[in-house]
Amino acid sequence: MSSILKTNAVTMQFGGVTAVNNLELEINEHEIVALIGPNGAGKTTAFNMITGVYTPTKGTVVYTDKNGKECDITGMKLSEIAKIGIARTFQNIRLFKDLTVYENVIIAKHLHIKSDFMSAALHLPWYNAEQSKAEIEVEALLRKVDLWDMREEKASSLPYGKQRRLEIVRALATEPRLLLLDEPAAGMNPKETEELTSFIKEIRDEYNLTIFMIEHHMGLVMEISDRIYVLDFGETIAKGIPSEIQNNQRVIEAYLGVDEDA
Amino acid sequence: MKNKRDLILSAILLIVLFCVSWFVNGELDSYIRRIVNLCLIYAIIGLSMNVTNGFTGQFSLGQAGFMAIGAYTVGIFTVPVELRANVFYAVPMNPLIAGIQMPVWLALIVGGLLAALVAFLIGTPVLRLRGDYLAIATLGFSEIIRICITNASSFTNGALGIKDIPPLNDVRYIFVVTAITFAFIAALINSSYGRAFKAIREDEIAAEAMGINLYKHKCLAFMISAFFAGIGGGLYGALLGTVDPKNFLFTLTYNFLLIIVLGGMGSITGSMLGAVIVTAGLEYLRIFDEPLEIFGTMIPLFRPGLRMVMFSALLMACVLFWRHGIMGTREITWSKLIAFCKNPLGFFKRKGASQ
Repeated sequence: MSSILKTNAVTMQFGGVTAVNNLELEINEHEIVALIGPNGAGKTTAFNMITGVYTPTKGTVVYTDKNGKECDITGMKLSEIAKIGIARTFQNIRLFKDLTVYENVIIAKHLHIKSDFMSAALHLPWYNAEQSKAEIEVEALLRKVDLWDMREEKASSLPYGKQRRLEIVRALATEPRLLLLDEPAAGMNPKETEELTSFIKEIRDEYNLTIFMIEHHMGLVMEISDRIYVLDFGETIAKGIPSEIQNNQRVIEAYLGVDEDA
Repeated sequence: MKNKRDLILSAILLIVLFCVSWFVNGELDSYIRRIVNLCLIYAIIGLSMNVTNGFTGQFSLGQAGFMAIGAYTVGIFTVPVELRANVFYAVPMNPLIAGIQMPVWLALIVGGLLAALVAFLIGTPVLRLRGDYLAIATLGFSEIIRICITNASSFTNGALGIKDIPPLNDVRYIFVVTAITFAFIAALINSSYGRAFKAIREDEIAAEAMGINLYKHKCLAFMISAFFAGIGGGLYGALLGTVDPKNFLFTLTYNFLLIIVLGGMGSITGSMLGAVIVTAGLEYLRIFDEPLEIFGTMIPLFRPGLRMVMFSALLMACVLFWRHGIMGTREITWSKLIAFCKNPLGFFKRKGASQ
């Protein structure tokens, strides 16, 4: 297995606060890797540095593209990052609320529709060919994830679990190789979480993805992750396979606190 | 199949409307013609403003400036060469352009392109701003354009304005331009670029995460908007037969803001409705400006100016009760019209239930 994403000592400082310090991640192709840690540990900051929302104060992010070429993506724009095959979801759902489910997903195809502005506006034949190709792909995708029947509904009118799912589907529509999920199970009930667990595994195999996720739900994390990184106050305090993490003393301390009397 | 039906129906509608414009042009008096022409021109500009404000969600108030560019281009280049010495009597016309005369359609396009170019130059710094800041910056630039025009006397005749523009009040001509504008923007909004614009309106960060280059798309929307505002402005100038910097004060922009707020931010058919209601409404409310006598007593309030009071009251009611304007982001589509014709009562019930 080869690495798809590597961070070399990335550090993010906001004024005097070091949100993430010397983070060294290595994510291999087709893996599911989880990033966990208590609130404020710097998990979302790490995500934002990878996807170009923030430019790291120090360090580099290296992505291996589909041709096996390594490229430095540090500080690249969010839209450029999406183009090279990294898609992400957000901690607080960011759907296009007033648009329909179908529109939400087909918007993500915009970057794959190879057409200049004028031919798109005039609906010239070569644009129309690209457009119908995108429509076929979106239909297949929506049918696959059981959202086809709801395609005409407004995104904001879907139940919460479905909204989360739609956000993942929308990210999938950009045809990523690496999918970053920011707390996909947040606010879900046990049944929805269970569905999500199998959904994540399913899409990983179906679309040959690598998944990197932030999650608080330990049941989900332990079940599907191949490897786990643990952050606390911006420092990487542990990394390894789930069983190692479960028994790691520092992780337990970070979550439960140190026993002062001992 | 549905698309084909809609296309055919739209084509039929266009032909019918063209015949109507032919009739209006030939049979009705100049007052009605004038109102129809104004409705059409305001619809073009309202729609152009809707591209940035309604569809892309960027609150821009620069429309008057872009209109001025279009209007002046038409003004400068369509005045017959032999009349120019008469128009530019204070400062002679710059020899660079003194000999160039264009037909109206070419001057309209040149005006639109110039407006789009200026939009591109303005957009580079301004589109990095959001919300209120963007509104203020574009408003400022619109004034800068007007001041520049006022002071470039050898090109624009400064504060004296340009008169003797060959008048263009053929309803058919203006109708065709309006139809092209509407068809183009409708097609644009239904393309992948239009969807990208809507995505930016809904959530900029999510749109960017979907690979949409924010700056490029905002700039595109801004330029398209300016292009059609330029065309609309050119028609406006040609309709009036004269252009004057005072025509393009920033208050003019508010007319169009009114049209799109009333019609619906983000609705193409809404822009048309808004334009008709605002333009025709302002005209027909003139009865309030006339003194009124009932049973021999004068009703005291009816005097010049009451029209604007009534209009403002109507607007306030509209904004209070219809927050999203008449159409919101919805459109009048053929399928909706057909559903309505089949079952007029049930149509609204169903919609009420789903909201």
